[in-house]
Amino acid sequence: MRIDAKGKLFDALNAEISEHNGELEIDNCLGQRFIAAGASAKQVVINGVPGNALGAYLAGATIEVNGNAQDAVGDTMNAGKIVVRGNVGDAVGYAMRGGAIYISGNAGYRAGIHMKEYREKKPVIVIGGRAGSFLGEYQAGGIIIVLGLHKDGKPILGNFPCAGMHGGKIFLRGDAQRVVFPRQTTRRAASPSDMYEISSYLAEFCDLFKINVREFSRDDFTVVVPNSSNPYKQMYVAN
Amino acid sequence: MAINYIYPEFDVIRDPNRCITCRICERECSNGVHIYDADRKTLRADETKCVDCQRCVATCPTRALKIVKNTCALRENENWHENSIKEIFKQASSGGVLLSSMGAPNPLAVYWERILLNASQVTNPSIDPLREPMETRVFLGRKPSKITRRPDGTLDTTLAPQLELETPIMFSAMSYGSISYNAHASLARAAQELGIFYNTGEGGLHEDFYQYGAHTIVQVASGRFGVHEDYLNAGAAIEIKMGQGAKPGIGGHLPGAKIVGDVSKTRMIPEGSDAISPAPHHDVYSIEDLRQLVFSLKEATRYQKPVIVKVAAVHNIAAIASGIARSGADIIAIDGYRGGTGAAPTRIRDNVGIPIELALASVDKRLRDEGIRNDVSLVVGGSVRNAADVVKAIALGADACYIATAALIALGCHLCRTCQTGRCNWGIATQRAELVKRLDPDEGRRRLVNLLTAWRYEIMEIMGGMGINSIETLRGNRSMLRGVNMTSKELEILGIAHAGE
Amino acid sequence: MQREGQVRIPSGCAISAMISTTGARMTGETIVKSMIPMHDRSNGLGGGFAGYGIYPEYREFYALHVFFDDPSAQYECEKYLKEGYEIVKSESIPIRKIPEITDVPIIWRYFVAPLASVLSRLQLDEHEFVARTVTKINSQFRGAYVFSSGKNMGAFKAVGFPEDVGRFYRLEEYAGYSWTAHGRYPTNTPGWWGGAHPFALLDYSVVHNGEISSYDANRRFIEMFGYRCTLQTDTEVIAYIADYLLRRQGLTLEELASVIAAPFWSELDASESVESSSRAYLRKVFPSLLLTGPFSIVLGFTGGVMALNDRLKLRSMVTASNRDVHYIASEEAAIRAMDPDARNVYSPAGGEPVIIKVEEGAY
Repeated sequence: MRIDAKGKLFDALNAEISEHNGELEIDNCLGQRFIAAGASAKQVVINGVPGNALGAYLAGATIEVNGNAQDAVGDTMNAGKIVVRGNVGDAVGYAMRGGAIYISGNAGYRAGIHMKEYREKKPVIVIGGRAGSFLGEYQAGGIIIVLGLHKDGKPILGNFPCAGMHGGKIFLRGDAQRVVFPRQTTRRAASPSDMYEISSYLAEFCDLFKINVREFSRDDFTVVVPNSSNPYKQMYVAN
Repeated sequence: MAINYIYPEFDVIRDPNRCITCRICERECSNGVHIYDADRKTLRADETKCVDCQRCVATCPTRALKIVKNTCALRENENWHENSIKEIFKQASSGGVLLSSMGAPNPLAVYWERILLNASQVTNPSIDPLREPMETRVFLGRKPSKITRRPDGTLDTTLAPQLELETPIMFSAMSYGSISYNAHASLARAAQELGIFYNTGEGGLHEDFYQYGAHTIVQVASGRFGVHEDYLNAGAAIEIKMGQGAKPGIGGHLPGAKIVGDVSKTRMIPEGSDAISPAPHHDVYSIEDLRQLVFSLKEATRYQKPVIVKVAAVHNIAAIASGIARSGADIIAIDGYRGGTGAAPTRIRDNVGIPIELALASVDKRLRDEGIRNDVSLVVGGSVRNAADVVKAIALGADACYIATAALIALGCHLCRTCQTGRCNWGIATQRAELVKRLDPDEGRRRLVNLLTAWRYEIMEIMGGMGINSIETLRGNRSMLRGVNMTSKELEILGIAHAGE
Repeated sequence: MQREGQVRIPSGCAISAMISTTGARMTGETIVKSMIPMHDRSNGLGGGFAGYGIYPEYREFYALHVFFDDPSAQYECEKYLKEGYEIVKSESIPIRKIPEITDVPIIWRYFVAPLASVLSRLQLDEHEFVARTVTKINSQFRGAYVFSSGKNMGAFKAVGFPEDVGRFYRLEEYAGYSWTAHGRYPTNTPGWWGGAHPFALLDYSVVHNGEISSYDANRRFIEMFGYRCTLQTDTEVIAYIADYLLRRQGLTLEELASVIAAPFWSELDASESVESSSRAYLRKVFPSLLLTGPFSIVLGFTGGVMALNDRLKLRSMVTASNRDVHYIASEEAAIRAMDPDARNVYSPAGGEPVIIKVEEGAY
């Protein structure tokens, strides 16, 4: 089923999308928001630029974007998969609790902010290029992988990564020596078991974007983890 | 060891002639104040641990106990109050941010107490509320700005989703985690019986309580704890929490120690991990982003649920509310300066925000000036303490009130203001199983139903006295209010005349 | 009800801009299109545009665009203008009557030159004189409001959705080398056209998205230098700051960006470069001109535009280009609406200015 989004407002387009389960392809998408919000049973391919809050509260559906996506992709997403063949804007995967987001290009500010995990629900964001400032702010769970495959010479991360991080893991390709991490986190070289943990995500990334997995499978990765799941414990006194 | 500068705040007075050494006080006190001295076969007290929650007093079978304010006092000083000095002692010894619970206790103006209500005399009749019809039902939600007709000429009666309330009072947001399972069960059952709504707060919805969904408001706060497809669709309405009266502008922080068992499961975060609610929603940095969040929730629930946007009463509240009204929200909830909390930094609680009475009056006026008051409903909270406060709020312009502290008091809370310790002896603000079970949810339900039933009678009685028999005609009816002990500026903001005018 | 200026009305927004580095003149039709996919970032209570290079035949004259509430306000204002200016042309700005735009005031434009005799008597340069004239009319003349006062440029704004405002002003009939656009989401009904954006003073125009939390600290500082923030909007204070730092203090655009979106001390402390020390110097000299809170702005000026985000990047902004034409917008969709084939899509970091200038001599 194909839908031509040209000239359609977001509510009309989303009403159409919600009526159809199964495979959908949307052409001429231009800024329509909330596509597939809360969707569980469908596979959506988007040609064009979807608007903000793509796949918000996603509950199992698959979304593939041939192009860049804007802000708040996968906001509070719970399950499913979002693939972006391009860049994403700010706050991708905000408060995400499950599923996976694969981005071939760069991510904006605050990627994976307040991402969390619970039991079998372990969200993953794989960013092919670089990530903006405040990556993984308040991260409470899940895995964020930044591969740094971008070619514009900019650093792999912006400023202030992992502010308030208290769970989960961040993987950066390379030694990331120049990145300043906050005191409540620990940085170390990835061990074989760390690498085993992300091997399937790397394989899927390579498969999705037609990259030879061997290109970086032997490269060094840096892992950042929080020291404590209670970073603010010592801050208060009862009054 | 360093000297502890702070002398205990309370004295535990035990009448030896009455004490039968039954040791109930020892068992009832989770703070460990009462200690049995096996040698002397008597009970002693460690007053340093006492929070004056009155649990031991209430459970002592022989009424042998009294908790009184300790008379040991620092030299009086009208500038350096005793509290100011003790707070410095605490911070100098710990280096910590002062953390408090419940609403601000300081003597800032309570405008409810300076507003007096009207009654009919001679020129129009008062109504007997016990024997004549007296309507208190309200519908919260967006009303259309224009009537449309179907092709056959009949009225198009489709209406945006509404919340129907038999009494214009709802239980305000308190998360599972900040309060106990049994406290939530009491609120949910009472809301169902009363035909009103309770609010999950930001801690998710326990699976046992999905059955009360038709009387539940599910909250979406910045931490998005427990928010998922089923949760959003479980309630009768969705509330976006942008702010809270007790701590405007800052986030929340439920310590890992309270993230145990079902709380962890309901919030969907691991046991022992801190639950941090960021100060802002990180997808709302501007008013047009709020529209985005409102509509993302509407899209995810296919426009079946009214969306409430809750904000703290702050300086620019009228402009903020106007922006919210234009963001697609169906209901605006405003939480005033004196609103309660399970934990807030003392300085924030006691210094940030404005009283709800002033915020309500200016918001209601602004929305009317702009002709959009009928587009949204207005719910106010932040220390609504009794039926008269409710009536005054509605006459100032509210559609309904949120209560939370009053509900907790009904459940047994004695306002000792130490919720943050998690050792609530009344089984309310705690997750310890042995304390939680002290609160029987059916008894809790009964007490809450009693409270609101009584308030409803009082509201009807007051309305009857004014000659009003439907709550809609009380809403915004400010001529029913007069002020005393106020400056002309205060009267102007409240939009009411002085008594005698 | 209080209108803009009597009360501070926070608002959110959509912005976009386009500029040709070769100075090629483009009609206003394209920039209007950019606002359509961002419809939900505005709420119909304000929209506007600024075009540069649109009045080549009057390029030596200041183009004053003025709203008048009634003919008597216009009469008084014109009387005052004639005391200091030669008015070479005076006409109503052409509009298209459309149902979406109502309560239309008198909208007039004047092409003027300050009288040399007046300038020499007052010992003022002409920019300063025009700036003072605008401040005086806007703060002292009842029912008159100058909303554009630059040379070879003009702002066009109204209460309504921006795409309707563009049609209303017939922007497709103008051609300029750069355009900026704004859709407004104020938190009340201003019901007053002057409150819409862009805000323009002399050749500077500002479109802005966000609500700065530093407003009153900035306002009280800038008002020391003769500016009067009559609208109480962020956009207005930002335009005055730009005028003050660029025109009166002679800072470069990069330096301006470094003042209003100053780097964090942690960043400055970590570097010992000359650049860092001059940025630290600027931060120490102009602490009251740091803007905090969310903003993304496009500053338009003769021969260029500068786009800038706040240093925490609390608002989104995207840039792109296609050959000589560069685009800036709150959302990529807006850029694609202007040019589906735009390339080099880029999200500037917080505090990172994007400056695009037309080749010297081409404007």
